[in-house]
Amino acid sequence: MTVILNQSFTGISIGAVLLLIALGLTLTFGQMGVINMAHGEFIMTGAYTTYVLQKSISGAGVSLLVALPVAFLVAGAMGALLEWLLIRRLYTRPLDTLLVTWGVSLMLQQLARDVFGAPNVQTHAPDLLTGNISMGGGITFASSRLFILGLALLSVLVLTIVLRLTPLGRRIRAVVQNRDLAEVSGIATGRVDRVTFFIGSGLAGVAGVALTLVGPIGPTMGTNYIVDAFLVVVVGGIGQLKGSVITAFALGVLQSVLEYSTTVSVAKVIVLVAIVAFLQWRPQGLYTLRTRSLA
Amino acid sequence: MLEINTVRAGYDRTTVLHEVTVAVPEDGVAAVLGHNGAGKSTLLRAAMGLIRPTGGTVLLDGEDITRLAPHQRVARGMAYVPQGQQSFPHLTTAENLQLVADGRPRVAPGRPDGGGGKEAIAEALDLFPVLRELSGRRAGLLSGGQRQQLAIARALVTRPRLLLLDEPTEGIQPSVVAEIEETILALARRGGLSVLLVEQHVGFAMRAAQRYYVLEAGRVTSSGEGGTGAEQTVRAALSV
Repeated sequence: MTVILNQSFTGISIGAVLLLIALGLTLTFGQMGVINMAHGEFIMTGAYTTYVLQKSISGAGVSLLVALPVAFLVAGAMGALLEWLLIRRLYTRPLDTLLVTWGVSLMLQQLARDVFGAPNVQTHAPDLLTGNISMGGGITFASSRLFILGLALLSVLVLTIVLRLTPLGRRIRAVVQNRDLAEVSGIATGRVDRVTFFIGSGLAGVAGVALTLVGPIGPTMGTNYIVDAFLVVVVGGIGQLKGSVITAFALGVLQSVLEYSTTVSVAKVIVLVAIVAFLQWRPQGLYTLRTRSLA
Repeated sequence: MLEINTVRAGYDRTTVLHEVTVAVPEDGVAAVLGHNGAGKSTLLRAAMGLIRPTGGTVLLDGEDITRLAPHQRVARGMAYVPQGQQSFPHLTTAENLQLVADGRPRVAPGRPDGGGGKEAIAEALDLFPVLRELSGRRAGLLSGGQRQQLAIARALVTRPRLLLLDEPTEGIQPSVVAEIEETILALARRGGLSVLLVEQHVGFAMRAAQRYYVLEAGRVTSSGEGGTGAEQTVRAALSV
């Protein structure tokens, strides 16, 4: 019983990380249809932002809390700049978008190497998030994992509220559903695209802050996460937030259960095979929304 | 109000419109008639800015708007109801209207008594009361006639001075056609609104219009004063 509970918590916390890194992509890839290979580097940006802030602000807890909004803004600004400079010129050419953003991804990695050096760096987790929380009966939850879970759920909640209930959210959904009609209804669709990209990239930055709690910060950290992030969005169904949420936690729990009964690499292989089999059966993913995407 | 001067437009390398000149009178209705494929919809798309003309100019109250984006034209008082009862299918009826009102100033210029988004929605709903009962339903689930009423209501929420209508009764159940036609006629007669109407039904078009244009293979082949008296002339021009 204890093992099952501990193992499912591990699974849920893996799922929370998957959800955080995929959340931004549900906007830029899921809603707008842009394959942005530099999304992982926006995660990296968020992580390095945390690192820089921790060096300049004393108190790990304060710097982590400050890093969340700052990383959102920094990564978001980079995303909006990328959209304005390159991606908006390539909306009808998805393959070129993939190549261009991959090039940007490599450039950002090199930039990180030049500025921060090639070796990985580390931040110190605040004391509050270093220990375990014991639930009694041998059940322990790592508090950093609880923090990530909370952050992931909060991000989903805020994003849902923004999309469902605000004027901006209405505009984002309208542009996805019928771009020309949105434009002739008086909506500046180009500006909506840029804001959507800002939010999606900003969420990658927030994910980067969270990842400093569970792993090292390095120039290539984005590439470790980008594939998983795309997998979550594709399996969840393009353009649907709830699909990504369910998929992230399902994959997390599956991964952790398999890791317990086999090994880490075997578990990874089985998860990938399961995804391939699932997509053979349901190529459109878990949930679908018929849209006129950009591509 | 609107002047389309020798506009040439098309898609990729196909030219659909060859030097078409059409004018919409102030507070009046101009009707464009023609067979399928004559270029009627292309003319409206060019007037609205969805396609960029390769020649000619589009003037709104004398201002050259040929290069403006569609949303900039909306800001200048143009509205457009495209063909095919288009809507935002996953937004509710209320959201479809609110979406357009969001972009409006709370108080319209020169109308200190209101005229903001909220009133604009209420006025549009007064014209199509059926939409009130459907406010929570997703637009994709409405019938064709209801979707078209929503489309016209959505255009009106921007409080346009010029309304572009592309076959507003095409493919709609007959029971709703008369209602939509009466509403359009009432709007045109209320004043303060000019209409560029693309139609296949000659009878309705000529009842509404002060001026008509017959379009054939991308060229204006005849034009003149509207009114029911001109109906036979137009029918003859169309049957050639």
